[in-house]
Amino acid sequence: MNLFVLVWNYLKAKPLNTVLNLILLALGIAVITLLLVFNNQLQSNITKNGRGIDLVVGAKGSPMQLILCNIFHVDFPTGNIKLNEAEKIAKNRLVKQAIPLALGDSYAGYRIVGTNKDYVQLYDLKINSGKFWSKPLEVTIGSYVAQTTGLKLGDTFASSHGMTEGGHSHDEHLFTVVGILEPSASVTDNLIFTSIESVWIMHEEHGEGGEEEGEEPHHHHDTVSIANPSKLVSSVSANDSTHEVTSLLIEYRSPMGAVQMPRFVNAQSTLQAASPAFETARLFSILGVGVDVLMGFAYLLIFISALSIFIALYNSLKERRYDLAIMRSMGASRFKILITVFTESIWLTLAGSIIGILVGHAVIYALIAFLPELQKTGFSAFIIYQEEWILLAGSLLLGCVCAILPAWQAYKTNISEVLAKN
Amino acid sequence: MIETQSVSFQYPGDKIIAFQDFSIKKGEHTLLLGESGSGKTTLLHLISGLLRGYKGSIHFLQQELNTLSESQLDQFRAQHIGFIFQKNHLISALTTEQNLMLAPYLATKKSDKERIHYLLNRLGLEKKKNANVKTLSQGQAQRVAIARALVNQPAVLFADEPTSALDDKNCDVVIDLLLEVANESKATLIMATHDQRVKNKISKQIILNS
Repeated sequence: MNLFVLVWNYLKAKPLNTVLNLILLALGIAVITLLLVFNNQLQSNITKNGRGIDLVVGAKGSPMQLILCNIFHVDFPTGNIKLNEAEKIAKNRLVKQAIPLALGDSYAGYRIVGTNKDYVQLYDLKINSGKFWSKPLEVTIGSYVAQTTGLKLGDTFASSHGMTEGGHSHDEHLFTVVGILEPSASVTDNLIFTSIESVWIMHEEHGEGGEEEGEEPHHHHDTVSIANPSKLVSSVSANDSTHEVTSLLIEYRSPMGAVQMPRFVNAQSTLQAASPAFETARLFSILGVGVDVLMGFAYLLIFISALSIFIALYNSLKERRYDLAIMRSMGASRFKILITVFTESIWLTLAGSIIGILVGHAVIYALIAFLPELQKTGFSAFIIYQEEWILLAGSLLLGCVCAILPAWQAYKTNISEVLAKN
Repeated sequence: MIETQSVSFQYPGDKIIAFQDFSIKKGEHTLLLGESGSGKTTLLHLISGLLRGYKGSIHFLQQELNTLSESQLDQFRAQHIGFIFQKNHLISALTTEQNLMLAPYLATKKSDKERIHYLLNRLGLEKKKNANVKTLSQGQAQRVAIARALVNQPAVLFADEPTSALDDKNCDVVIDLLLEVANESKATLIMATHDQRVKNKISKQIILNS
């Protein structure tokens, strides 16, 4: 016989009460864990995907859309910008690096991104097998794309226009897989990378890219050296007004860029600049309302469970007054009785939160298993956050608080009176 | 072993109850007799250290109980005293054996498995070892109570109306067993009762008048 056996037997003697209290608390804790994990992973995802990018420059439209489209690849492009205008931005002395992106096509729902090697460095992309894209129509695919589509090195495929499967197919030109990336747990796992020229080739056939000249572009896909190559796309000459890109990812040379660049870009009639930091903060403040409501609900659940545990303890202690007096008559100190009540309460709250945290993670695990969208974003059910330890510590405290009054009542029980009354 | 001198006690807002002086020697089983309301339970609680704040003196194993603090009394009871009450005093959340194991745990003593095994056998409870105490009959429950009171080998065994809930047959069996195991354990039995059936079992009697 020891403290835990005694407490366990008391809890076991009232299974319905115990289970109800556990469920109530576990539910509250599970919701909090769920929100915690989602919030944390979303934020770390966003920071990971947006790292090193100070500004996104694209066509006029919604700045949020610009960020969602060009950094997180979840929204549609705002439109295209002329290469020569993009160059002007890239040449600004406040810009350390400008990476062009050309979007528009997809394969099996995965976006094809036309860009250059600077993107590889920015996202620290690593090759798992094969190599990075170099020639036009060569693609390097993200690990998740490879996993789900089954594309292997040397495979070819036709892209379709837009983001949906079964959209207009560009059958004339086939992409060839030349490399597969290592998993990075960021958005790049779900992208197909190619050169900007490849995207142009795809679109010139029906003139979507503003490319009307037909034959001429094919020349610069060969290794013809150009006297004054564009800073952004080396195969075309600088100040080219016929080609277009979707956006530029910009890294500032100095903090001064944050002050001057957005104004400089927005002053150009066709361009707009959006700051990932600002837009994601805005996104979070919008999402935050929903998160706050859910959090409030979770705290309400926890409060109710605390109340329920308190009432259960208080009631069972009333029934147990005689038991406690008997225990005292057998030589148990008041302190021992006090500890017994506290242990019972803490056992409940601690078990409740451990179950809650496990359920929270299990739900995330299930969501990831059933929602491909979450798999794509690299969510994991197996990351334990510091806040979860705080939850456990908090439930310990909650157990203590619930037990204070009942324990005090047990502590000051008059043994003789209780025994004589029965 | 126990000696009292001009002991009186007053419940708040009630009249003073005065008790006659008496002394009980080691091994001298004693009955506290009297009608209900005569203060039997009060006296029992006073000399067993459950109730504090009396006037006069109670010497228990050369110890004046009034000088002991609440926690010293807890220890004193744990060391020297076993209790048997009228009924409903087994911990219903536990099994028979666990109820016996509770005694050393609460008294902060080492659990003696052999002692528990011996008492269970001696009181014919071996088969009920793992039974929930709620399923026991009154007679069985009272035997468990006797066993539990004796687990820690107390010097004195206090019993408050231990037979009042039992029928004649069970009463006889339980009292006989109680006396036997108390003797075997060298415990002095002090029993408060108004049960006529036990009067002729114990010769030393202290009669309380209301």
